[in-house]
Amino acid sequence: MTEPRDEIVADEHGAGVAPTDEAARMTPFRLLASNPLTVVSALVLAVVVLLAIAAPWVAPYGINAVDVANALQPPSASHWFGTDDLGRDVFSRVIVAARVSLQVAVVSVTFALLVGVLIGVVSGYVGGLLDVVLMRVVDVMFAFPVLLLALAIVAILQPGMATTMLAIGIVYTPIFARVARASTLSVRHEPYVQVSRTMGTPTTTILRTHVLPNISGPLIVQTSLSLAFAILSEAALSFLGLGIQPPAPSWGGMLFSAQGFLGQAWWMSVFPGVAIFVTVLAFNLLGDGLRDVLDPKQRTLIESRSRR
Amino acid sequence: MSPVLSVENLRVAIGSREIVQGLSFAVEPEATLGIVGESGSGKSMTVLAATGLLDAPGARVTGSSVLTPEGAGPLELVGARRSALRRVHGDKIGFVFQDPTTSLNPLLTLERQITESLEAHRSLTRRAAASRALELLEAVGLPEPEQRLQSYPHQLSGGQRQRVMIAIALACDPALLVADEPTTALDVTTQAQIIELVRTLQRERGTAVVWISHDLGVIGQVADDVLVLQEGRPLEHRGVVELMDEPRHPYTRELLAARPRLGASTPPAATDDGEVLLSVRDLDVRFSVTSAAGRSIVHAVDGVSFDVRRGQTLGIVGESGSGKSTIANVLTGLVRPHGGSAELAGEDVLHRASHDLRRRIAMVFQDPFSSLDPRMRAGESIAEPLRVHRLPSDGRPRDERVAELLELVDLPAAFAQRYPHELSGGQRQRVSIARALALEPELVILDESTASLDVSIQARVLDLLRRLQSELSLTFVFIAHDLAIVQQMSHDVLVMQRGQTAEHAAAADLFADPQQDYTRRLLAAIPPDRPRRAVG
Repeated sequence: MTEPRDEIVADEHGAGVAPTDEAARMTPFRLLASNPLTVVSALVLAVVVLLAIAAPWVAPYGINAVDVANALQPPSASHWFGTDDLGRDVFSRVIVAARVSLQVAVVSVTFALLVGVLIGVVSGYVGGLLDVVLMRVVDVMFAFPVLLLALAIVAILQPGMATTMLAIGIVYTPIFARVARASTLSVRHEPYVQVSRTMGTPTTTILRTHVLPNISGPLIVQTSLSLAFAILSEAALSFLGLGIQPPAPSWGGMLFSAQGFLGQAWWMSVFPGVAIFVTVLAFNLLGDGLRDVLDPKQRTLIESRSRR
Repeated sequence: MSPVLSVENLRVAIGSREIVQGLSFAVEPEATLGIVGESGSGKSMTVLAATGLLDAPGARVTGSSVLTPEGAGPLELVGARRSALRRVHGDKIGFVFQDPTTSLNPLLTLERQITESLEAHRSLTRRAAASRALELLEAVGLPEPEQRLQSYPHQLSGGQRQRVMIAIALACDPALLVADEPTTALDVTTQAQIIELVRTLQRERGTAVVWISHDLGVIGQVADDVLVLQEGRPLEHRGVVELMDEPRHPYTRELLAARPRLGASTPPAATDDGEVLLSVRDLDVRFSVTSAAGRSIVHAVDGVSFDVRRGQTLGIVGESGSGKSTIANVLTGLVRPHGGSAELAGEDVLHRASHDLRRRIAMVFQDPFSSLDPRMRAGESIAEPLRVHRLPSDGRPRDERVAELLELVDLPAAFAQRYPHELSGGQRQRVSIARALALEPELVILDESTASLDVSIQARVLDLLRRLQSELSLTFVFIAHDLAIVQQMSHDVLVMQRGQTAEHAAAADLFADPQQDYTRRLLAAIPPDRPRRAVG
């Protein structure tokens, strides 16, 4: 309703005059840093990732170092998170399981991202019959509850880490396909895409240079949120005994084996549970923070709020 | 007569930047104040601040703005309480904004939108408000007002929506009407109708009007007094006749020279012996539209034929929806035609156009804000066609060619590093032109390429295009809705109406002796040279 354009008077030929409004606009990174919740969640994630990477060296005990004499010890100076029914150190197992969980989450979400974005972008850009067919397939996949579909996939293949990754990846593919398609639909009618078409640019080049960069915002947010849900799904599958197979540690598997000792050894269930809780929450908060920054409407809101 | 609105030393600052720097003006009943200036000169800010509508975060407004409506005491609007402002907005002050497509709520019927302020301010019953809404729609000249009351905004054309906006603004018989670029988004013919409408209503109701525009030609038709703004500073504030006859400030003179006028300048007469570059025969384009009522066929272009000679310009002119952009889209391969033929120097353009042929036709789009990829630097955008066609083939670095192209459109080479949001509208359009010229095309299609620019910037871009045409011997298809601009650019003119050729003639003949009523209507719609007050 005010000036729809940001034209600066006498800037027609004036070199080096950047529109002042734009200059005052914060960079996405600084904007992200201005939200304390986002900063904290990013820090927590950084710690989790570092611990996971360094787990084999940081872990004070071997993950399968059975020490029956010291079974079911409460947390102490030598065993920070206590020990389980076989005397294994819970702390060592939690941080090594973090490595497994993150690995599963990252690989499966990457799979979902690649396949989903490919389906979504092609479907949205090409349109027509292909779009209808692909989206109905996606709809069918959506109709299954997430865990049920994953269970079915694991049941068909052998349970194990690779299968878990594949199952979670397939389950999250339709979400990425939907997000990518919706964004592509709005970008493909932008004049800069039309201009590119009039130049005779091949479709694949248009998709790579114009469409993909301009739909990256929502995809980044979706990736962050999906990582959180992938961790939850992996924990759920392992809890049901269909994910990571014992004796390899996983948060879900540890929760399962802690079931029988809920009354005697609270530490066996609480620490893996807290690990899941903290990691998932951090991914979710980071995703929310990213969404605020990458969505232009929200962004103006934050900027005006922080200026006051 | 005492002024309806009198503003003294109005200032608006955001942060340390003063956007409006000490403005004073007054508007009397039945008079119109025109505020003119380029985008970013603070026109809208001034009026919003003066009427207490300014809602920019961190904006500080100082000075005074007193509203004295008939039969009520004076009210200071700067710093007034929200409840006091609410009573005034819509009741004593009516607003019409630029974009008629977004100013109306798409989910409400026209009746609901018109009666809203009546029910709020006048406590009219539903029925009384509805009958008043009907009167208003009649007053703004909407056809079949009874049926229109129950229709939704999407069922109206742009001009009709702006009429509805005016009806809403006038619902409570305001003492002051604020019109912020109300005709900028409209065709020239619709613009003329809206100007006429506001004048008539103003005379009937004695409303004071503040009319904001970037076009002195429009202001000349509506205003009694004119305030010229540049970067928030008042440059001149005088009666419209004196201002346009003897502009004191050089900036005013520039704005005067920039307004589209008939006969301002014409390209050299066309020679008939030139080689025909583009030949279009019986072009026929149909779209099938699926609506709630079922499928229907829209005949967008119906049997249009024309030739364009090398080095010359064909102007295609018509109102929105006349099919002129569809022709551009067909020629660039964005739309498939139903029938007809088009040949570029003997080569078929419409069917299986080769990759190589795409090189020879370039297009510049209307909107400089969305025709550049926001994530690409200007240099990358210009280099894109080069990359697609693997040029330059002699192994020169692409950057060199980009710098050359930037120089061609009068931009410093450093602009290659800038993102579109760091450029002004005119600069962006120059980048678009550079991109179109990158492949050294033979034919450049300019689809309303200057329509969304301010008149002063438009004039400069038109100069650039003329210079490029003579330097590079380019052939243009120049699409516009404004005959005055088409006259400045074209050797031949094709006037289109509802997808058909209304008139096709050499520019000199067409402007000297238009054969069709439709062409005459388009010509009459251009704001004349002299301000209306001088004519009488």
